[in-house]
Amino acid sequence: MTRRRRRLVLIGSALGVLAVAVALVLSALKDSIVFFNSPTDVVEKHVPPGSRIRLGGLVKPGSVVRGSDLAVRFDVTDGENTIPVAYQGLLPDLFREGQGVVTEGVVEPSGAFKADSVLAKHDENYMPKEVADALKRSGHWKEEYGQKVGSAPQGRTQ
Amino acid sequence: MIPELGHFALVLALALALIQATVPVFGARRNDPLLMGVAGTTAVGQFCFVALSFAALVACYVQSDFSVLTVFENSHSAMPLVYKLTSTWGNHEGSMLLWVLILALFGAMVAVFGGNLPARLRANVLGVQSWIAVAFDLFILLTSNPFLRIADAPLEGRDLNPLLQDLGLAIHPPMLYLGYVGFSITFSFAIAALIDGRVDAAWARWVRPWALLAWTFLTLGIAMGSYWAYYTLGWGGWWFWDPVENASLMPWLAGTALLHSALVMEKRNALKVWTILLAILAFSLSLIGTFLVRSGVLTSVHAFASDPMRGIFILAILTLFIGGALALFAWRAPMLKQGGLFAPVSREGALVLNNLFLVTACATVFVGTLYPLALEALTGEKISVGAPFFNATFAPLFIPLMVAVPFGPLMAWKRGDLLGVAQRLLGAAAIALIGIAVTFAVEGGGPILVPFAIGLALYLLAGAATDLIERTGLLKVPVRTALARARGLPRSAWGTAFAHAGLAVTLLGIIGETQWGAERIAEVKPGQVLSIHRYDFHFDGMTNRQGPNYHELAARFTVRHAGDFIGVMEPSKRTFPSRGTDTSEAALMTRGFAQLYLSLGDPAPDGSIAVRLYYKPLVLLIWLGAVVMAMGGALSLSDRRLRIGAPMPARAKAALQPAE
Repeated sequence: MTRRRRRLVLIGSALGVLAVAVALVLSALKDSIVFFNSPTDVVEKHVPPGSRIRLGGLVKPGSVVRGSDLAVRFDVTDGENTIPVAYQGLLPDLFREGQGVVTEGVVEPSGAFKADSVLAKHDENYMPKEVADALKRSGHWKEEYGQKVGSAPQGRTQ
Repeated sequence: MIPELGHFALVLALALALIQATVPVFGARRNDPLLMGVAGTTAVGQFCFVALSFAALVACYVQSDFSVLTVFENSHSAMPLVYKLTSTWGNHEGSMLLWVLILALFGAMVAVFGGNLPARLRANVLGVQSWIAVAFDLFILLTSNPFLRIADAPLEGRDLNPLLQDLGLAIHPPMLYLGYVGFSITFSFAIAALIDGRVDAAWARWVRPWALLAWTFLTLGIAMGSYWAYYTLGWGGWWFWDPVENASLMPWLAGTALLHSALVMEKRNALKVWTILLAILAFSLSLIGTFLVRSGVLTSVHAFASDPMRGIFILAILTLFIGGALALFAWRAPMLKQGGLFAPVSREGALVLNNLFLVTACATVFVGTLYPLALEALTGEKISVGAPFFNATFAPLFIPLMVAVPFGPLMAWKRGDLLGVAQRLLGAAAIALIGIAVTFAVEGGGPILVPFAIGLALYLLAGAATDLIERTGLLKVPVRTALARARGLPRSAWGTAFAHAGLAVTLLGIIGETQWGAERIAEVKPGQVLSIHRYDFHFDGMTNRQGPNYHELAARFTVRHAGDFIGVMEPSKRTFPSRGTDTSEAALMTRGFAQLYLSLGDPAPDGSIAVRLYYKPLVLLIWLGAVVMAMGGALSLSDRRLRIGAPMPARAKAALQPAE
């Protein structure tokens, strides 16, 4: 094999692998990323039913209702809009009313949200960064929330 | 007094680092042996002062000196001594000091063991190493001083984050840092070579042991972190494609590629420019990892504080070093003498293929990790890129790589025989086929990929053994002769086999855990029995206990397997009053390579409690594989040809250098 051909083989195979990787990344980015939304985003953007999103906000005080077989319902609010959430499973250690929460799941045709994972932080003062930003935008931010933004570890249940 | 001493020692270390960053490099340009000789002394001195500073901080923690701000914020007098010790690096300031300590340690090691390096290379390497040290010393002193005092010392500390009160924290960060920061040495070697404008096979022989050392620790550090997440977070996962995990995986992938390309450079004097680029990339990715984890752009257990000043400072360091290194590379690399080309079918070719896949896989992880940050910065849109993305990109790139792995060591240098190697791997392929058939027969239905994945793991394992069997002639000569030959084999051959076999072991563990594991979530009352996979868990009841700095609500389960009593599991929920925090402590029971995993949810008023129960077959293999890989690294490192500081050709040159 000549020097030239060897070099071509090398460059050719490198480009080949790269092309495959780019194709994989692009298709995965189209299908498997999840957008974060506040309740107001869900209402204003008209997120189509069936699409997978992350919904974040405060757990509305007094809204948590526990059913049988670990089913639980609660409302997520950002002060302007409120979305009812249904979830079945274990809640994280620091899931509490009035605290920040991020849930991941699917919007149902009724406008309710069916979550299959709930994320909360292991710290009593914690507010997820996305939730903090959303509350600031909607004008429902209180200063005492800010003490510990982003300072605590993350727990999750699925 | 002690904190001030530590602070002062750190300032002195910075002063030494400034000397080391300038004088030897200047000396190397002037070819002045006296100036170049300064590097060794300052490197050792720098390490001593940083070590003194770190020791002072440890002393503050051990004595619970709450007049020091970081001690107040991260420690508690009731904490057990071991956690007081480990909380030294369980916070932003202390962990950065550990980072700098390890950086100085590697510099001192080059100074002590690198006596036979050419004087100019040694001076330049230590000089570049010290540029990094200056940047991070300044970072600590200006933005993250761990020795700050509080005017009115509080009586009690705020306690360490309960999740970090764990033995895993004692080991995971130092291991990981030895890996991350270890790549600073290969980076310094690369920059020194670019400054000098000269790079040869001997350079690769010096670089490889350092890369190997860093890689070995990084492997262990990642595995340790993964196991820690598995048993403390209480939801049974061992890898979440979390940006923080990706931040450690990226330098690992680049470092693995570097190990392999340095081999080509050492043996065949080819791939020079590429190897230098990889050395730069591996450390750049370590720096990016430090930035992601320490700047507060990500919220995770690792982001201790989010002071924007720190983020900007690290970003500046990052831009300076990565940008500077790549600019230097673009300018000087074309001047380096190109190495020879080689036939595509050869061991060199196989190693290039390895590099191609590893670097591409690394790039996909990079995109998945940084895309959400870039998108948020540019458009304000918040997205999360999780496991589905990485499963769809990383896995398809890793599978062909694993198919190719056994070919590498069997291929001859210069010109290989693809067909011949394939024939030699027939045995391994046969074992794989049997594995596929057996899995398929046992599984019946189920995902069709599972038997093939098992086959791939067995093929990798058998392929790693094939090289050893052939070289010892195990199946052809008497066992005694084979054993004698096995002893005579170079350690690096054993290292290769172990590292590749470790990959197979981890793969087996991943398949077992993801495909055959079982999960149950339920609410149980005392007296009720939960069953999973022929294991019965009888819930005996709850007890309250008092720990050194927490209350504990423990649930007692009696575990039976097929009716026989095998033990008791006690998962618990702990409340730490000092922080008002709750944590779940999972209970684990090991059965061979499998584990039973039990963690608690919320207790209900009627006396029942929610539990999460997992049966995880082969799960221990995931981390055992990493340990086997690290053993491969250690074996290879102990090879006589590679021992740090013992490359033969340098000795004659070193003897000609004037005394230092």
